[in-house]
Amino acid sequence: MTALPTRRMPRGNAHLATTSIFYALLIALALVYIYPFLIQVATSFKTDPDAASDPLSLIPPTFTTEAYTQLFLRSDYPTWFTNSVIVTIFVTTGRVFFDSLAGYALARLHFRGRNLVFAGLVAVMSVPAVVLLIPKFLVIKQFGIYDSYAGMILPLLVDAAGVFIMKGFFESIPVSVEEQARIDGAGTFRVFWSIVLPMARPALITIIILSFQGSWNELAHFIISTQSPELTTLTKGVAQLANGQLSQGRQYPLKLAAAIIMTIPVAVMFFIFQRRIMNSSAGAVKE
Amino acid sequence: MTTTTDRSRRGLRRGETASGWLFTAPMLILLGLFLVVPVAMALWVSVSDWGGRGSPFAGGVSFVGLKNYGALLVGGGLDEADFGMSMKNNAWYVVFVVPIQTALSLFLAVLVNRQVLKGRGFFRTAFYFPSVTSSVAITVLFMFLFSTTGAVNAALGWLGINGPNWVNDPAGVLHFGATKGPTFLEQNDFLGVSFWDWLGGPSVAMCVYIIMAIFTTSGTFMLLFLAALQNISGEVQEAAMVDGANGWQRFWRVTLPQLRPTLFTVLTLGLIGCWQIFDQIYTGTRGQPAKTTITPAYQSYKSSFIDQDWGQGAAIAYILFVVIIVFTLFQRWVLRERKISRRRGLPYQAAVTEASRAKTASRGGAR
Repeated sequence: MTALPTRRMPRGNAHLATTSIFYALLIALALVYIYPFLIQVATSFKTDPDAASDPLSLIPPTFTTEAYTQLFLRSDYPTWFTNSVIVTIFVTTGRVFFDSLAGYALARLHFRGRNLVFAGLVAVMSVPAVVLLIPKFLVIKQFGIYDSYAGMILPLLVDAAGVFIMKGFFESIPVSVEEQARIDGAGTFRVFWSIVLPMARPALITIIILSFQGSWNELAHFIISTQSPELTTLTKGVAQLANGQLSQGRQYPLKLAAAIIMTIPVAVMFFIFQRRIMNSSAGAVKE
Repeated sequence: MTTTTDRSRRGLRRGETASGWLFTAPMLILLGLFLVVPVAMALWVSVSDWGGRGSPFAGGVSFVGLKNYGALLVGGGLDEADFGMSMKNNAWYVVFVVPIQTALSLFLAVLVNRQVLKGRGFFRTAFYFPSVTSSVAITVLFMFLFSTTGAVNAALGWLGINGPNWVNDPAGVLHFGATKGPTFLEQNDFLGVSFWDWLGGPSVAMCVYIIMAIFTTSGTFMLLFLAALQNISGEVQEAAMVDGANGWQRFWRVTLPQLRPTLFTVLTLGLIGCWQIFDQIYTGTRGQPAKTTITPAYQSYKSSFIDQDWGQGAAIAYILFVVIIVFTLFQRWVLRERKISRRRGLPYQAAVTEASRAKTASRGGAR
């Protein structure tokens, strides 16, 4: 990361030309990545005919907030939003707690069967989510939690990769502090809760980011675990809106507005933790 | 963690077995119930004739052996043709997405890793942002951009190009407009799909998904390469510079060999992710036009939940499982080799952290 100003000496005009080309290329690329989102925002404020006749312009010929009005006042969109919020809160909280609990046990506690549990965890991590669509539905139905919040939340409450991340983090912090607390007579849970967990903040933030993004953006699980409209989440609702299952025709401004609003929470999350996400690609596993 | 310290701490370790199991209990129960049991249950369904009503373990459901698998692989009927089509579509998707996204993400990483760069943060954010959005939201956007009257065709119009119908065009891009192939290619088939169709490449509609996957995942993988680039020591670079190597030579001869582990991780993560494409298809074209965007993951969903042929759907899921697990095990095996050579398996840890992040963000995944 540290700049080495002595490395590149200005070499006159040739250097200036290369630098200009370099920046031109970089800006062009950045434009390709950003422009679609600008078009998205602009189009959501256009009328249907304008969206079709003038898809590239960033200034709506006729400015209208009709798409947003319709979403919030004359559709199920608020219900979808609420459901996504509920599921995300429960899943994120659950993962932070259960992942760190299990990660701590696997990193620090010496118990019979630990290696077996760990081997099982590694095996389970390689099961691709997409092949679980039908299997999960079968089990959820069998347990009688189909089409309920329980069916939406419980299966997502622990993720193997999160446990793995927490385990890695706990192994990287010194054991001496815990030993002291133990000698002072603190129980295992107490040591975990009031001493180890506060030290694990960086790793916990990683888990929060991953869980929040993961559950907010989850689609497949909600397709197979629910059917009633009152349990539809944003991803499922917008997906059905997009391919016209709700029989609303083209309506690009409406669809794009729906997609924008569902992106805002993860975008906010991203900008808050931007530094963390962009700088530490090794996640929490840093010494 | 040496045994001597373990022994001296034994006095403190009483009761750890109980708490160990207690601490891991929620994980064991939840992963057991919603991962291990489902996988076993689906294995049963894939060899049964369960029709979706009642419990698959009820009396009326019977064992049919490998019938469901047979129908997919050698049945000769519509099931085989659909499955073959989905494999063909997904294979071409992989062939195009994996190399391009890897090359592009490496290119972006090298660009933004330049020592002196104004607005570095801005460019990184710009390239990474698409990775943050959900696959549903990004698909909605791309379906608009690539609609017949959409932004892409409007931009092509400026250049005097009459853009295709994109998501409505089933023509294979490698057929180059030809509608009929040589007889021997038309008449022989594999998995119910003629050689001519296999060789046709992805349909124009599938290309929209290919472009979308490259657009959304290049940022994630750029971060992986960026981290690796920053760990490369400057000394070797400088030595090469002193020896008179130019920038191009330094990249191919010095930088790239040192990036090999990351390159490998990105390639396998890409392979694994690409075989799981589901969300995008569900949100976008649902297999249309002319079945040229069905994928095994979507076909498995459709067979079960829409056509109510559960055994078939479960069988497709299992075949897909095998395809993906082969890549996963291969990746694990290679990364494990590195684990021994470095201290305390940190590279592996980092890889797993990255893998889960990539999975969360990846448009290729079913998340």
